[in-house]
Amino acid sequence: MAMKIRTLKRHVNESFKSLGRNGWMTFASVSAVTVSLLLVGLFLMVMFNLNKIAGDIESDVEVRVYLDQSITKTQQKTLEQELQKIPNVQSVRFQSKKEGLDSLLESLGNDKQSFTDLQKENPLPNAFILKTKKPEQTIGVANTVKDYQNVTDVRYGKGTVEKLFRFIRIARNVGIVLIIGLLFTSVFLIANTIKLTIVARRREIEIMKLVGATNAFVRWPYFIEGLVMGVLGSIIPVIVLMVVYRFAYYNLGGNLQQMFIRLIPYQTMTLNLSLLLIGIGALIGVWGSMNSVRKFLKI
Amino acid sequence: MEDVIVMQNVWKAYPNGVMALNGIDLSVKQGEFVYVVGPSGAGKSTFIKMIFRELKPTRGKIFINNKNIANLRERQVPYFRRKIGVVFQDFRLLPKLTVYENVAFALEVIEEHPRQIKRRVVEVLDLVGLKHKMRSFPDQLSGGEQQRVSIARSICNRPPVLIADEPTGNLDPETSWQIMEVFKRINEQGTTIVMATHNRDIVNKIRHRVVALEGGMIVRDEQEGDYGYEN
Repeated sequence: MAMKIRTLKRHVNESFKSLGRNGWMTFASVSAVTVSLLLVGLFLMVMFNLNKIAGDIESDVEVRVYLDQSITKTQQKTLEQELQKIPNVQSVRFQSKKEGLDSLLESLGNDKQSFTDLQKENPLPNAFILKTKKPEQTIGVANTVKDYQNVTDVRYGKGTVEKLFRFIRIARNVGIVLIIGLLFTSVFLIANTIKLTIVARRREIEIMKLVGATNAFVRWPYFIEGLVMGVLGSIIPVIVLMVVYRFAYYNLGGNLQQMFIRLIPYQTMTLNLSLLLIGIGALIGVWGSMNSVRKFLKI
Repeated sequence: MEDVIVMQNVWKAYPNGVMALNGIDLSVKQGEFVYVVGPSGAGKSTFIKMIFRELKPTRGKIFINNKNIANLRERQVPYFRRKIGVVFQDFRLLPKLTVYENVAFALEVIEEHPRQIKRRVVEVLDLVGLKHKMRSFPDQLSGGEQQRVSIARSICNRPPVLIADEPTGNLDPETSWQIMEVFKRINEQGTTIVMATHNRDIVNKIRHRVVALEGGMIVRDEQEGDYGYEN
C-alpha cells in the first residue's frame, strides 16, 4: 500500500499525541508487556539451553553391553550378529577390556595415579557399545539385550537421560501455560488502553467515517500506538536478559564445561532472543490495538 | 436535468422487526431542494441514513449518481461518502479544534493536498460567512454559527448532494433563517439538497418540493408544497 509521507507523518503524530495524553495507561500497558516478556525471555533462555543440552546428550546416548568373561570367540560373533539385527540399533562396536580401562582412566584425568592397581589386574569385562537410531530407544534396546545369553550387564545413561527428558517436558508445559496467560494479560491491557483512547476519539472516528475516510486511514494511528507500546515493552527485557545471560554464560558456563555441558554461545543466544522478544512485543501490541478498533469502525 | 437520487421500491426492516420504510419510490433531480417531512417515527431518519449509506435497504435499489449503493462493497463506501455532504442536528464538531481545523479535518482525512485544503477551507468559510471566526473554537460560537461550520465542512469536498437531518432542530427561529440562507446559496451553486425537518415555518415560507412520509410510505409529494401538519 503506497502511503504519502505526509499521511504517515500525520498518523505517527496522532499516535504519539494519544500515547502522551493517556500517559498512565500507556505506562501500565508497557509495564505489563515488560513483565511478561521478561518472564517469557527467561523461560526461553533456560528452555533453549536445556534443549541444546538434551540434544547434546541425546546424540551421545549409547548402550553398553557387558559380556560374560567366559564367552567364546564364536559365541561373541553370534551375539554381535544378533545385536545388529535388533531393529532400532544403528551401530555395534566392540570394546575390549583394555580399551574400556583406557577410556575410564582418560575420563578420570589427573586422578588416574590412584588407580594404578587397576592396570595390574583389569576388572572390566569386554563390551559391545550400541548406538540407537533415536535417543528414546535406548531404554527399549537395553531391556531387549538384558536377556541375551552371555550378557552380564547392560548400562545406559538411564537416570540422567530419563530425568532430563521428563524435566524438559514438565518445564515446557508449565512454561507454556504461564506464558500464554501472561501474553494474554498484556494483550488485554493494551487493548484496554487503546479502547480508552478510542472512546476519547469516538466522535473523531465518526466524523472521519462520515466524510469518507477509509478504514485503513482510521486504523493506522492505533496500529502504530499498539506497535510502539509493544516494542517499548520489549526494551527492558532485552537489556536485562543480555546482562543475565552474559553473567550466566561467562561464570556458570565454565563450570558446566567441565561437566561436558556446553551452553548456547552468548551472541547467538542474545541476538535470537532479542529479535524474538521484540517480535512478540510488536505482535502483542498490534493484536491488542487492532482488536479494540474493529468494532468502532462499523459506522 | 438528470436524476441524482433514485429510490426504487426501497424497504427497510430493522432487526427487531420494525418496518421503517415500506416501499419507497422517489427520484430527485440535480439541483433540486427537497424537504422531507412527517411525524416522529415516520421513517425520516431511516430515509436520510439510506442516502449516505449509514444503513442498507432490506430490499430495493438506491441510485446516487446512477450508481446503485444498495450493493456497494464495504471498501467502496468511503469513496462514495466523499460525494455526499451530511449535516446533523447536533453539529458534530470537534471541540478541541478551531473552526478552520474542523473544516480542514474533513479534507485531511481523505488525503487532500495541503495547498488545496487551505484554499478550499477559506473559500467555504467565506461562503457560510464565518471567515472572520476561523481561529475560534466551537464553544466560542453560537449554535447557528456552529451549524454553519458544520455545513462548511459538509460541502468542502464539493459533493453534488447535501443531506441535512433536522439542521435547525437545535436552533432558535432567527438563526434557523440564517441557516436556510446558507442552504439557498449552496443550492444555487447546483448542489442537490435533501433536508428532513420539523420546521413548519421554514417549509411554508421558503417553498420547495415537499415529500411527506408516514408509516414508512410517501403519502404526499408536491412541488412548492406546504408543511401540512399541525406541530
